[in-house]
Amino acid sequence: MREAFIREATALLDDDPRTALVLADISASEFEPAARSHPDRVLNVGIREQLMIGVAGGLALTGLRPIAHSYAAFLVDRAYEQIKLDINHQDTGAILVSVGASYDSARSGRTHHAPGDVALFDTLEGWTVHVPGHPDEVAPLLRAAAPHDGRVYIRLSTEQNATPHRTQRLKPLRRGAKAAVIAIGPVLDSVLAATEGLDVSVAYTNTPRPLDTAGLRALGHDAVVLVEPYLAGTSAPAVASALVDVPHRLLALGVGRGDPRRYGDPADHAALHGLDPAGLRRGISAFVGAS
Amino acid sequence: MTAATTTHPAILLQALERVTGDPKHKPSSLSTLDVLWVLCDRVLRVDPQTVDDPERDRFVLSKGHGPAAFYAVLAAKGFFPLDWLDTMGAWTSRLGYHPDRTLVPGVEIGSGSLGHGLGLAVGIALGLRAQGNTTSRTVVLVGDAELDEGSNHEAIAYAGAIGLDSLTAVVVDNDSSTHGWAGGVGSRFTVNGWTLSTVDGRDHDAIESGLRAGTGKGPHVVVAVTERKGS
Repeated sequence: MREAFIREATALLDDDPRTALVLADISASEFEPAARSHPDRVLNVGIREQLMIGVAGGLALTGLRPIAHSYAAFLVDRAYEQIKLDINHQDTGAILVSVGASYDSARSGRTHHAPGDVALFDTLEGWTVHVPGHPDEVAPLLRAAAPHDGRVYIRLSTEQNATPHRTQRLKPLRRGAKAAVIAIGPVLDSVLAATEGLDVSVAYTNTPRPLDTAGLRALGHDAVVLVEPYLAGTSAPAVASALVDVPHRLLALGVGRGDPRRYGDPADHAALHGLDPAGLRRGISAFVGAS
Repeated sequence: MTAATTTHPAILLQALERVTGDPKHKPSSLSTLDVLWVLCDRVLRVDPQTVDDPERDRFVLSKGHGPAAFYAVLAAKGFFPLDWLDTMGAWTSRLGYHPDRTLVPGVEIGSGSLGHGLGLAVGIALGLRAQGNTTSRTVVLVGDAELDEGSNHEAIAYAGAIGLDSLTAVVVDNDSSTHGWAGGVGSRFTVNGWTLSTVDGRDHDAIESGLRAGTGKGPHVVVAVTERKGS
């Protein structure tokens, strides 16, 4: 996904003189050709993430369309106050593109993990959040964010599904009776494997904010399982809001709040949090009463 | 300081009299008064008719806590009516204890949380440069205590490293940084390649001279020394 982002952002810099890219060393070498072509619009501020967002806010105040990019732990967690004040409070917009996700850099440990990033955006107004599940989903999402001045967060991951789904809506993939399982971004293939043979619907989206509430209601279920590759329950309020007039049950699966103090691989962390196919099957089966 | 260069016009005195102010931040408000007046009266190329002109100079009040002096200067220069000053902080007022760019003409950023203005100002200066605007200056005002915030130093180092010559910082130094600045606050800038002017923060001619003293080869900082906070 990171490579797809670099290709498309480079193309945007060529195509649209409003586009500006602000980096904090991460991916700077990959953007060197773009920096040579557009030295005034490709800005590497060094390892200074607070400044990265401040500069993005300043660029937006002059009418440019900034893209800021780094690890989610630094782009969002560290620079949260700058996002809140230098973007939102200034009534401007930006495109923030992260790598690292919840635990892509499993061996780096907690310092490089950011399971709470999407929840942080939920504290702020007006952020569209994209969580692509396949590299081919990245370019259309980035390209669609470029022409306007809104606030867009794109959360890239090394985890991915086998097949892209190029829609921001909730896309039904399987039909069943007992529950709707909503898979967000790169957890889809694990959800499909986990629910094989279960009498449940499965639907996919790469855009949890705004959540496709009409699509969720159209599924017609009063039991919902959310599977998110970040903090468990992040989208639970959005589901509750969508089904405010429908008595319903909700199971929210995702990454836990604890610091696991473990390294290993992303698959190890997925298993720890019950997000591997076996863990998901256990949780979903218990919820729908399947053996 | 000379009396001749610190005289405030009647309209500004009237504005100061009317602004209700924020008692907690009063020293912060008044330490900036003379710098703000010189900026708006003598230096910045912006007036009530050009607040949306892309070619205007940008003034970024990073030291947004205690903006009473800023509001008074803007009102005195006609950016908004004097009677706005009477209700600062009220529910129906556009003037809060921290300024909001979407509510007050002439305010370029919403500020109040310290350590945000320098980064935004660097972005503004770079954005103007990227769009071919080589005439507009970006001036950001910070306090010496505000510089305790580490985010400022990200901006100071980067602006110096890239030689951002359209950027000027003004440090209003009322000696309120809890642990002070060894070697003087200006040295924190010059070590990163900024040029420095140190002036009497109440002397209008000296302030103007400092603001015009940049060499055009990098960012410039004016340290405007005022009486110590609380003195």
